Amino acid sequence: MNESKMDLNRELMVDGNAVAGLLQEIFAIEMTATPTECANCGNAAEVGALQAYTQAPGAVLRCPACESVMIRIVQTPNHIYFDARGAVRLTLPREKK
Amino acid sequence: MIDWQIATVKAIKPETPEVKSFTLALPDWMKHRAGQHYDVRLTAEDGYQAQRSYSIASEPERAREIDLTIERLADGEVSTYFHDVLAVGDRVELRGPIGGYFVWEAALNAPLLLIAGGSGVVPLMSMLRHRRAARAINPTRLLFSSRTPDDAIYFDELEKLRAANDGLEIFYTFTRERPPEWKGYARRIDNAMLNEVAKPLGKSARVFICGPTALVENAANGLVQIGIKPNQIKTERFGPTGT
Ligand SMILES: Cc1cc2nc3c(=O)[nH]c(=O)nc-3n(C[C@H](O)[C@H](O)[C@H](O)COP(=O)(O)OP(=O)(O)OC[C@H]3O[C@@H](n4cnc5c(N)ncnc54)[C@H](O)[C@@H]3O)c2cc1C
Ligand SMILES: [Zn+2]
Repeated sequence: MNESKMDLNRELMVDGNAVAGLLQEIFAIEMTATPTECANCGNAAEVGALQAYTQAPGAVLRCPACESVMIRIVQTPNHIYFDARGAVRLTLPREKK
Repeated sequence: MIDWQIATVKAIKPETPEVKSFTLALPDWMKHRAGQHYDVRLTAEDGYQAQRSYSIASEPERAREIDLTIERLADGEVSTYFHDVLAVGDRVELRGPIGGYFVWEAALNAPLLLIAGGSGVVPLMSMLRHRRAARAINPTRLLFSSRTPDDAIYFDELEKLRAANDGLEIFYTFTRERPPEWKGYARRIDNAMLNEVAKPLGKSARVFICGPTALVENAANGLVQIGIKPNQIKTERFGPTGT
């Protein structure tokens, strides 16, 4: 475990599910049942099962297996920055025609 | 898309010394799934906003209104507003229902294990109310940790649900003060307790754990240690709440 991980206050940790409202605001669909894969260790998990830290004006989602950052969301008055470089992919459901 | 809407407080009911239920009438009511939550947003006159998530306590079968059950945290921003300021007839801004991960439907006819600490019982209560409304009879066990008997949220209603004899069993554990003559659990959730409660449900049980982050971590790790597969366990951490 590196320094920055040790700094995390685990008491404040919630689940990816706690970010469901914000994700739905960004993607316009329910996102917490969405499968993801960690770019660091390959662990597969649904977005709702990631570790979430929501104190910042935004959120950080970490891999439940290796705790590396998968998704970072920052909100400013005019923009939402969505950085998912720690996730190999998000698999979204396709609207059935 | 879920938009912000303005709900009206229809009723406020004290549950325990620190917990109240709020019935909110919604202009844009949408049927939820048991386990989902709403985001609540308070806006001060200077534009400052505070946003929190609250699980839906009521069953999806109830139309046009929802119950939220909120624990008052002494120095909490939003929970003290609900407890100390909000009155019947007042308006609250919220959006939902939200979440597709921590949800249970009665049609999922598998054994069900619910583990709650303090206000973590709220989304699980929605599941139990839904289970009753849908007349489900799947084997179901609730392990519910509270500090004292007076802090056990929904106690009377849980006892009624249990008395329906439809496959629901309830196990309380009291961590600080137990009722006189109490023969049940009186300690924090540990692996021995998890084993006793989980075992009769078999290995295929679906598990939902909710409450303060430390309790959820502990129970989830314990269940994995006694042989339940991680992918059958869903957690909802409330953050640093009481208990
Ligand atoms: C999906 C979800 C569903 C939820 N459902 C419910 C529910 O049904 N009922 C319910 O009662 N709660 C629920 N919660 C918790 C709820 O969202 C709030 O977190 C809770 O009500 C506290 O909010 P507050 O504004 O009152 O307190 P806050 O002002 O957020 O403070 C909370 C407590 O944490 C402490 N604290 C805050 N920040 C820090 C910090 N940085 N370091 C150390 N301590 C800190 C404070 O001193 C205070 O005691 C849920 C949470 C989630 C994520
Ligand atoms: Zn990982």
